[in-house]
Amino acid sequence: MALLEVKNLSISFGGLRAVDDFNISIEQNQLYGLIGPNGAGKTTIFNLLTGVYRPTEGSIELDGVSLVGKTASEICREGFARTFQNIRLFNRLTVLDNIKTALHNQLKYSLLDSMLHTPKYKQIEKEMDERAIDLLKDFDLDKEANVIADNLPYGKQRKLEIARALATSPKVLLLDEPAAGMNPTETLELMDTIRNIRDKFHIAILLIEHDMNLVLGICEELVVLDYGRVIAQGLPLDVVNDPTVITAYIGD
Amino acid sequence: MKNLLDKKEMRNIAILVVGYVFITILIKGGFLNRQYTSLLVPIAVNIMLAVSLNLVTGFLGELSLGHACFMSIGAYSSAIFTVNTNMPAPIQFIIALAIGGIFAGIFGFLIGVPVLRLRGDYLAIVTLAFGEIIKSILISMGSITNGAKGLSKIPLYSNYKNYTVVYIIMAVTVLMITNMVKSRDGRAICAVRDNDIATESIGIKVSAFKIKAFVISAFFAGIAGVLYAHNVGIIKPTTFDYNQSIEILVIVVLGGMGSIQGSIIAAIILTILPELLRGADNYRMLLYSVALILIMILNHSKIKEGLMENRTLSKLFQKRGGVQNGAS
Repeated sequence: MALLEVKNLSISFGGLRAVDDFNISIEQNQLYGLIGPNGAGKTTIFNLLTGVYRPTEGSIELDGVSLVGKTASEICREGFARTFQNIRLFNRLTVLDNIKTALHNQLKYSLLDSMLHTPKYKQIEKEMDERAIDLLKDFDLDKEANVIADNLPYGKQRKLEIARALATSPKVLLLDEPAAGMNPTETLELMDTIRNIRDKFHIAILLIEHDMNLVLGICEELVVLDYGRVIAQGLPLDVVNDPTVITAYIGD
Repeated sequence: MKNLLDKKEMRNIAILVVGYVFITILIKGGFLNRQYTSLLVPIAVNIMLAVSLNLVTGFLGELSLGHACFMSIGAYSSAIFTVNTNMPAPIQFIIALAIGGIFAGIFGFLIGVPVLRLRGDYLAIVTLAFGEIIKSILISMGSITNGAKGLSKIPLYSNYKNYTVVYIIMAVTVLMITNMVKSRDGRAICAVRDNDIATESIGIKVSAFKIKAFVISAFFAGIAGVLYAHNVGIIKPTTFDYNQSIEILVIVVLGGMGSIQGSIIAAIILTILPELLRGADNYRMLLYSVALILIMILNHSKIKEGLMENRTLSKLFQKRGGVQNGAS
């Protein structure tokens, strides 16, 4: 069985069926792209997968565990991590603390350890620092470790958000328009980073993106959404040459 | 353990020890008249109240207008205990502290529940109402609390003669909250303030940490209430009305949201200032208000900015040192 199995996932807001009968199965190490015109329901699918919305119908199974009905934080602990279309960092914390916050469930000590700064606290904080710095190095952010997240340039904020998601040790990483607002050089760099993440952490990545260069450059499989329905699914080049997809994007 | 205390903790403890020595010299040397000696405990109480409120307002980012209510619960529950029981003073006081803190903590949990559904100004009104409800309950439960007349003859366990005990309790409170802010729990609380959706998305239960912050804040406010009750000897429900809550909030805002040092300095200044102005007699409250406005303006001036930058610079510097040690 695949790592992530989603079967006839649907959600209605009042009379509007925002996502209708969405199916996907993603294997470990796979890079999957989710594309579609604006308002097609892509981010809604991310919100369904990560527990922000509760599906009206359908099932989501990650590594054999059903995620429907679980809260967002529980789903994260099951192995889903995500980034957001509009960046959501902890703006007033440093870059390092952003990552350390995401290590919350990996490295633990009690409230009493927190208040008394016991040897256990020191040892685990040290471990957290090491892991966070290692992760920041992968994203070339280690030099900015002590910068307040809000003061980072846009491109680095995007990277930090991905690094923070990875710090939760996910099985599946969901990236919501990671290249939005980036220039072509930054996008190329991002493509490398995404590939490196997959190779280093052996996780599955599902990404929403409008930048076709990025999508065709790294995705191994694509699913196209329009008005909440899947209109094409398969190998990237087959999908983008599909007449229905072209119609959805540019009209008749 | 080679590095049991890091630089920053050593510095904090050193400052607290110097503060203690300074106060001892002032008292033993006879530099303080009766009026100022009587301010020592109120200063400690206000520091504890401000630092604990800062946890909710500055770090969790929720406006609470009912902090005096937690103080009143600590004061009343402990005073009812000490007035009605008979046991050796130190034991009785230790139990009183525990009772005050725990009862206030329970009420912190109760008020934490609506916090999960409300934000910002709505929450502020709820906390305000909560404080008034507690005040009314204290007045109406006459058989236990002696109603509007208040409880009297509370043993003076925490007056200026026992300033060492008060100082230690204050210092421990400040250290515990300072430590907590720089930890796993503190980071989670700040994360909730900065972005609750992202906090939930990295596997941290937002509701749990909102309640945690309220309970811890209430616990320490309750302990401050115990010190207050056993300093003045008489407590009335009206002492803990919303004016008192606002006063604590003023200290926190003046000292800077999310700055524990700021809360401490502001608590000292704002407790002493009204006494300094006593000579002005009728104009006292007017001068106090003007002084408040001036301090607030200064707070946003270039001078303060310069000072802040220096502090953040040194903070960054220390932190960087820590990280390098960790990474190597």
